[in-house]
Amino acid sequence: MRDGMQTANHEGAIVHEHKISQFFWVWGALLGLTAVEVYLGYQNMQPLRMLFILLGISIVKSALIILYFMHMKFEVRRMRYVLMTSLVVCLCLMFIFFADAVRIIDLGVR
Amino acid sequence: MADVAMQHPAAQAFEPPLFRTNSKKLGMWLFIMSDSLTFGALLFAYSYGRISNPAWPMPFHATSIMRASIMTFFLLSSSLTMVLGVSAATHGRMAAASRWLVATMLLGTGFVVLHAMEWTGLIAEGLTPFKNPWAAGVPQFGGTFFTLTGMHMLHVTFGIIYLGVVALRKKWIPILLVLWLLAWLLTPASSPFHYGAHVLLVGAIAASMILYFKPKQYDAVDIEVSGLYWHFVDLVWMFIFPLVYLMSTRIT
Repeated sequence: MRDGMQTANHEGAIVHEHKISQFFWVWGALLGLTAVEVYLGYQNMQPLRMLFILLGISIVKSALIILYFMHMKFEVRRMRYVLMTSLVVCLCLMFIFFADAVRIIDLGVR
Repeated sequence: MADVAMQHPAAQAFEPPLFRTNSKKLGMWLFIMSDSLTFGALLFAYSYGRISNPAWPMPFHATSIMRASIMTFFLLSSSLTMVLGVSAATHGRMAAASRWLVATMLLGTGFVVLHAMEWTGLIAEGLTPFKNPWAAGVPQFGGTFFTLTGMHMLHVTFGIIYLGVVALRKKWIPILLVLWLLAWLLTPASSPFHYGAHVLLVGAIAASMILYFKPKQYDAVDIEVSGLYWHFVDLVWMFIFPLVYLMSTRIT
């Protein structure tokens, strides 16, 4: 099944046409994942484990928003790769220091 | 000379843009990327503090979680109405698009009101940017919490003003000024929202300058670009809600 149609306007930019039902499915999936997160919030889990699980679900939710609501799925491949790769690399560079947060608990601060 | 150029076959040959997309959309994507790094840094600071401090406070009881869940529902639903507005605009149904945008603004306003109630409750319990009543050894909780959620609330407020400019144009200015007066006069002077309401006045001045000095009929691309901003604001909350609220739930 096709997700949507693409046509080019007079400036060469792609114009998207989507199926409305697809947006309702994504909205339902996002609400469902939020309900799972709230359930997990009340499970007495170890903080680091909880952080990774919640972060994983949040990444899935943000991927759904970017791909469908922000139409990234329907953009040309080079735009998808250039924008998303640079963003993910920059965020990963920032979060590379995260291991230090765990080290402080185990080894203490001098 | 111009006629000669017009008649030349090469005058009709345009090279398509690199990303096959509108330059306004690309501009908004670049802004979103830079803003992602701002929120990434704030989320990193909060999560780092949360993990490295075993005594991190757990102030969010069932009412807070319920309220934050409703706020999440409002934002997710506002993204749905926004995308339906973009779809209507793409099909040339501009009146319907404006109505969807107004629905998005109302859901966004509901989010801000609930968030303000949440902040007011926490401030009443004694939370400030420099100290909290639950864990005296973790003074950075208030600072990181207010900076992260305040920055997001500011983005949602700017988003509502932006959508109002696109959907309602000059009719939006008096509405915005009435909202400013209500927010300013109905909040006690001790509340941060008493002075924070002036953001609406600044927004009204900026919107007036845009609408009166550069008036235009906003088209489907403009609505799609405003939608990109709104979805980004929604996306950021998808990280704030679990990392701030659910990671610090008070389980009784």
